[in-house]
Amino acid sequence: MMLDWLVPTLISVLLVLASIGAVRRINLWRAGQAEKVNMLAGLLAMPKRYLHDLHHVVDRDKYISRTHVVTGGGFVLAMVLVVCVHLFGVDSKILAWALLAALVMMFCGALFVYKRRINPPSRLSKGPWMRLPKSLLTFSITFFVLTLPAVGVLPEGFGGWLLTLVLSVLILMSLSEMLFGMTWGGPMKHAFAGALHLAFHRRPERFGGGRSTGLKPVDFGVGVSAKEVHGVAKPTDFKWNQLLGFDACVQCGRCEAVCPAFAAGQPLNPKKLIQDMVVGFAGGTDENYAGNPYPGIDLGHAKGEPNQIITDGLIHPDTLWSCTTCRACVEECPMMIEHVDAIVDMRRFLTLEKGETPNKGAQVLENIIATDNPNGYAPASRTHWAADQNLPVMKDVKQADVLFWVSDGAFDMRSQRILRAFVKLMKAANVDAAILGDEELDSGDVARRLGDDATFQSLAKRNLATLSTYQFNKIVTTDPHAFHCLKNEYGDFGSDALQNVEVLHHTMFLNRLVKDGLLQLEPFKGGKVTYHDPCYLGRYNGEYEAPRELLASLGIDVAEMERSKFRSRCCGGGGGAPITDIPGERRIADMRMEDVVSTGASMVAVGCQQCTAMLEGVVEPRPVVRDIAEILVGQLVEATSISVKEEVVHE
Amino acid sequence: MPPNINVVSLVSIGRHPQSGRARRAEQDGRAVELGLTMVGEALTVLHAGNPQNPVLRQYAGMGLPSLTVLDQASSCDAVSVLLRYLRKNPTDIVLTGVRAERGESSGMLPYLLAEQLGWPLVPKVAEIVSVQDGKADVLLALPRGQRRSVQVSLPFIATIDNAAPEARQSAFGPGSRALFSIQKGDNLADDAFMEWKISPAKPRPKRLKVVKAKTAADRMKAATAKPVGGGGKIMKQESPEEKAQAIFDLLLEEKVIR
Repeated sequence: MMLDWLVPTLISVLLVLASIGAVRRINLWRAGQAEKVNMLAGLLAMPKRYLHDLHHVVDRDKYISRTHVVTGGGFVLAMVLVVCVHLFGVDSKILAWALLAALVMMFCGALFVYKRRINPPSRLSKGPWMRLPKSLLTFSITFFVLTLPAVGVLPEGFGGWLLTLVLSVLILMSLSEMLFGMTWGGPMKHAFAGALHLAFHRRPERFGGGRSTGLKPVDFGVGVSAKEVHGVAKPTDFKWNQLLGFDACVQCGRCEAVCPAFAAGQPLNPKKLIQDMVVGFAGGTDENYAGNPYPGIDLGHAKGEPNQIITDGLIHPDTLWSCTTCRACVEECPMMIEHVDAIVDMRRFLTLEKGETPNKGAQVLENIIATDNPNGYAPASRTHWAADQNLPVMKDVKQADVLFWVSDGAFDMRSQRILRAFVKLMKAANVDAAILGDEELDSGDVARRLGDDATFQSLAKRNLATLSTYQFNKIVTTDPHAFHCLKNEYGDFGSDALQNVEVLHHTMFLNRLVKDGLLQLEPFKGGKVTYHDPCYLGRYNGEYEAPRELLASLGIDVAEMERSKFRSRCCGGGGGAPITDIPGERRIADMRMEDVVSTGASMVAVGCQQCTAMLEGVVEPRPVVRDIAEILVGQLVEATSISVKEEVVHE
Repeated sequence: MPPNINVVSLVSIGRHPQSGRARRAEQDGRAVELGLTMVGEALTVLHAGNPQNPVLRQYAGMGLPSLTVLDQASSCDAVSVLLRYLRKNPTDIVLTGVRAERGESSGMLPYLLAEQLGWPLVPKVAEIVSVQDGKADVLLALPRGQRRSVQVSLPFIATIDNAAPEARQSAFGPGSRALFSIQKGDNLADDAFMEWKISPAKPRPKRLKVVKAKTAADRMKAATAKPVGGGGKIMKQESPEEKAQAIFDLLLEEKVIR
């Protein structure tokens, strides 16, 4: 019979073509910069990363996770068995039956993939992705029929030359998609690149429940030639495993669905950004991209080459500056792609090399350089807010249990209310605390997110030098951005100033005080309260419970917003976004306030001065915005006075 | 605009008003900005002082491939060394800030240079509109956003007002890569300056402004209208002698000279 030689030939030819494609693809990734990766450990860890970490993220959408397990599992099993049965001709009924079972499994899964594509949600890419379920179904049906003679259900040579011809065409169609397309840029590319991406991920700490959110520092040190360009200008300036990561994208659009900038109509779509990166390192245009565009920018005009400056024709700088670095896309990405790293890498080039930080960016950076605070206030006025607080200053006391990191909120009258509230609580609990006073500098968060890593590193090193001269056990701050820098980013600069020091956000610290019974609090009798998770406390540091426990300790039953905890929507204040201020159709803070209003709450509790500023910037009438420290202070029972004035919440 | 003119921007080490930290001087930055928009990378940026000063990198970060430094101690006077440079190198336009942000900050340097070189000095420039046939059309900045158009023949010295376009962002990378062409400066110490004692200035008491306006329109008018001086006269037709006599009389009257 004809099929005796035709099927093995087709399979081998496509396997060879797939291997050629794989080598070509690998070479595209290798054009990136060197990055040390433990290859063997990565490859060994890959199955667990896939089955556990990746599945965990996919499983947030039960429909597709089950569909994927059945389809993907069925395909991998079937493909292995196809090679055994049809390529090597292993004559085993058990194997043939197993192959049939795998194909049935895959077929069932593919039916659900098909159903999903009948009326697909807008976040999914269309185009070639629409034909994938058909290819999956064709593959399973074709090989099912082809395997029937092997188990003896059908006689050998059944159907004659007509069936043979039909089956050959179907084999060619489905195998082209499944093998050839895997390495030549078809939808199945995600399986090939994705598996390797998981193995060689740039942040392996993220697997197994870990967290790795600090940005990687730019190397300005010795050994870096003065001619070297800082940041990412061209696609080949990315590390090779970043390029690999871009290629792993399945275009599921979950990032797009959670991106606050996309929802606000600013010209950013994380999915499109990753696809543009692929266009960049593979060369070509975005004509074949079949998903939603950047809001307000038409498709088909972006062109890229591996050695072309990205912002010259591939991506408009406004796209990069729209990001609030809220990390919602990274948190949501089933492939664990690092969008924020890529965006900041490209911002570094724009700021450090081109000097093109938009709007107030240049001025803010200049102020930070000249005065160590973003608004250019006199450094000697940093402690003015605490004139009446009687706070010990580290310069005088040299040591304390708690170092209170005040942050740049010291210069802002609204933030000062949060600072005072927190100080009052610490005093009520008799905490041995001190501040750095005028020795404290900006944490460098804004400079770093705006791409100026030189200024960030200068601030970090000077802050660490100051910190290293004093003794303290804990460092507590009311600013989640400073918290993140101190906890996750200052470690890269070879200082032991923060060794054996606990870095805490004030909600974490206050929660301990309450649990230890050091604060006497009255139940809260105001209206309904909801809580807004700051990105830099939640997604960046995984702290969702302490603020909620604090609110619960006041008897508040938090009316949760639909998007809360790891899915919390950004207030729009991170990543220097209020400074670069890229226009959109809506304001992110307005959308977040709509989320608040939809819970029916009359107050939104926050844990971040930036969130406070953004949410209070929404026009009234709206729920009141209070930092948790402010709410606690309102309920504080002071030891000396029995009658406590209750602060009125409804203003 | 012809790119074949030689433009030199003089830069000094500035001082941030809040922190007192050295920085790119506000007006000198604008002088570099104006020079860059006129002739691009052909601009010569000149500093007399310590070539190791990191602030010079902030100027270089505006996109200068190189910077010329006349190496001398900060206690030395800059006039003579700058004069020597300008006499030796063909120059058409010298751009500088109105006054420095530290040191004497008298604003005399451009005048002294102009006097010694015999060139015209154009004070408080907002924009150089065009340069043609050895003449430049210049807009001078007047209070309240007004401009005066003047024509001046090359070569000349212009001081740049705060009304000129703001200096572009300084980028770290190009700043750290720029080359410095270092030439020997003077060793002449500025003796007069060395003897001076410098102490922080006392803030001058502000004159109370009594707003008599009753309506918003009146207040707007008071805030924007040109103050109408009581005295003074405009002399256009009179001879230079008459004009000089009028100035002399005024100075006597105001007891500036006795």
